Amino acid sequence: MKNFSGRILFLDRADINTDEIIPAKYLTEITREALQPYLLEDFKLDGFDPQSDISVSSVIVTRSNFGCGSSREHAPWALEANGINLVIAESFARIFRQNMFNCGMLAVELPAATIDHIIEIGAGNQASIQTDLDASCFALEVEDQVEKIPFQLATFDRTLIEAGGWVEYADANY
Amino acid sequence: MGKTIAQKIFDSHLIDNPADDIHVIRLDAVFCHEITTPVAIADLIDRGKDRVFDPSKIKVVIDHVSPAKDSKTAMQGKILRSWALRHQITDFFDIGQNGVCHALFPEKGFVRPGYTVIMGDSHTCTHGAFGAFAAGVGSTDLAVGILKGVCAFHYPATIKIQVTGEVPSGVYPKDIILSIIGRIGVNGATGNVIEFTGPVVDRMDMASRMTLCNMSVEAGATCGICYPDRVTVDYLWEFIHDAYPSKTAALESYQQLISDPDAQYSQTLEHDVSTLEPLTTFGYRPDNVKPVREMAGTPIDQVYIGSCTNGRIEDLRVAAGILKDRHVDPSIRAIVAPATPQVFNQALAEGIIKIFMDAGFCVTNPTCGACLGMSNGVLAEGEVCAATTNRNFNGRMGKGGTVHLVSPATAAATALAGHLAQADIK
Repeated sequence: MKNFSGRILFLDRADINTDEIIPAKYLTEITREALQPYLLEDFKLDGFDPQSDISVSSVIVTRSNFGCGSSREHAPWALEANGINLVIAESFARIFRQNMFNCGMLAVELPAATIDHIIEIGAGNQASIQTDLDASCFALEVEDQVEKIPFQLATFDRTLIEAGGWVEYADANY
Repeated sequence: MGKTIAQKIFDSHLIDNPADDIHVIRLDAVFCHEITTPVAIADLIDRGKDRVFDPSKIKVVIDHVSPAKDSKTAMQGKILRSWALRHQITDFFDIGQNGVCHALFPEKGFVRPGYTVIMGDSHTCTHGAFGAFAAGVGSTDLAVGILKGVCAFHYPATIKIQVTGEVPSGVYPKDIILSIIGRIGVNGATGNVIEFTGPVVDRMDMASRMTLCNMSVEAGATCGICYPDRVTVDYLWEFIHDAYPSKTAALESYQQLISDPDAQYSQTLEHDVSTLEPLTTFGYRPDNVKPVREMAGTPIDQVYIGSCTNGRIEDLRVAAGILKDRHVDPSIRAIVAPATPQVFNQALAEGIIKIFMDAGFCVTNPTCGACLGMSNGVLAEGEVCAATTNRNFNGRMGKGGTVHLVSPATAAATALAGHLAQADIK
């Protein structure tokens, strides 16, 4: 299983699309690793610097409809290539969300008020998430404070995470 | 309790219900192109699973960057070509026969009412116009589709949109779908199928229905669906006449798919288009729409007519009707990409290509290229394009470029005016 814990990268905007996560010009790459330098390359957000912010982060916290637009699985791959296997959002676009679990990565929805709270206390500070999958609970660590945030994971999504993705599961079962 | 058309299709294709409302369904067709398939192939090879479930149900095209623009895109074509050969996939459309997948595959009769289709392309929702369930997926779902002929989805919830009223002159299916996206928002149909029904949809030809369904993903929908009717049967008849004794028999069979009167919907909307005007997007989200009238005069550098949304012969006819005996403004670079060889040929036969060329358009081969900023019309930093495509995301057609999504009529009028402009209504 992948690592779902670490420093948070806050992307405080709704409707971040997969063109922003990885521009189409990089879809000519055949390997996932080759996408690593280009994650969020052209993404514009006050205070966000892809050069310095991505390398230290392992978790993204963002708003609603994350991953909308193109179906490109290059979006989760570009995250994975940068050691980011967990995205926490108010909601996800369907294809992106499925791609995450199909790759054995974790996409977790939390209520808007909880996302507000995490961003409010965490953004601008050293904030990280420790994930306890068995207990379906995040430990949010901001400076010296620790806060428990429970989450829900659907049975089938958990199955895919534990199976390491959809290909192995499907080939074994169908 | 009654069922929607999508639920009926799911029930007839159910393979497994591994948990909750997850349905693993059997696929009637798996479509492939050269951007998202080579990575799926590489993944299958890595896992020692370089197999295909049924070569006759896999349809392949090179369309996103064609002809190849560099060594990397050439390699994507090469991987796809050798894979199709290796697995005896005969429906493979290479250069000369290739076109934009969501225009080409319907033309070939590969989509039928009641079918289940996936492709590693978000605009696969287009094929719902035929009363099919067709969904865009990522490369891992595609790999499993290729390997096993199955895909997992949540059991479909549906938003029903009844399009009513008289469509005003000068208003096109593109304006209708932009108005719907503007109304429900880019997240308005996430987790849902959209059923497009009502008298306006009943009167539409297949090209118009494809334009509607094509952009349903821009509201987050899994698929857009229109009910199969006589228009669907007429379009498909050359492909299905051996399977049915008459068009009426085909129609009766297909219409069993239509949603039951007591089907449950997550939402039902009436969408009256009687007062609709030609629309354009502004900013960087497809739900940011306003009348072209309010944006008239906006400076434009490039006009692009083409794509899986609006590159069909019906779209080219509308644009040519406006361009005939006129010339694009010298400040505009104008490009038209007929979506398939058949569209190109038909446009040649009807004199439409000559109208475009006489007007000063560059006529390119069928390809997706410009729509996603890969080739054949990429924008420079700071440039603005009026395009008949489907996404106005920041940098979509090139880093630092802006896109206004419009109908073919508005695109043609804009090319003539040299700035965003509404076509004269005759």
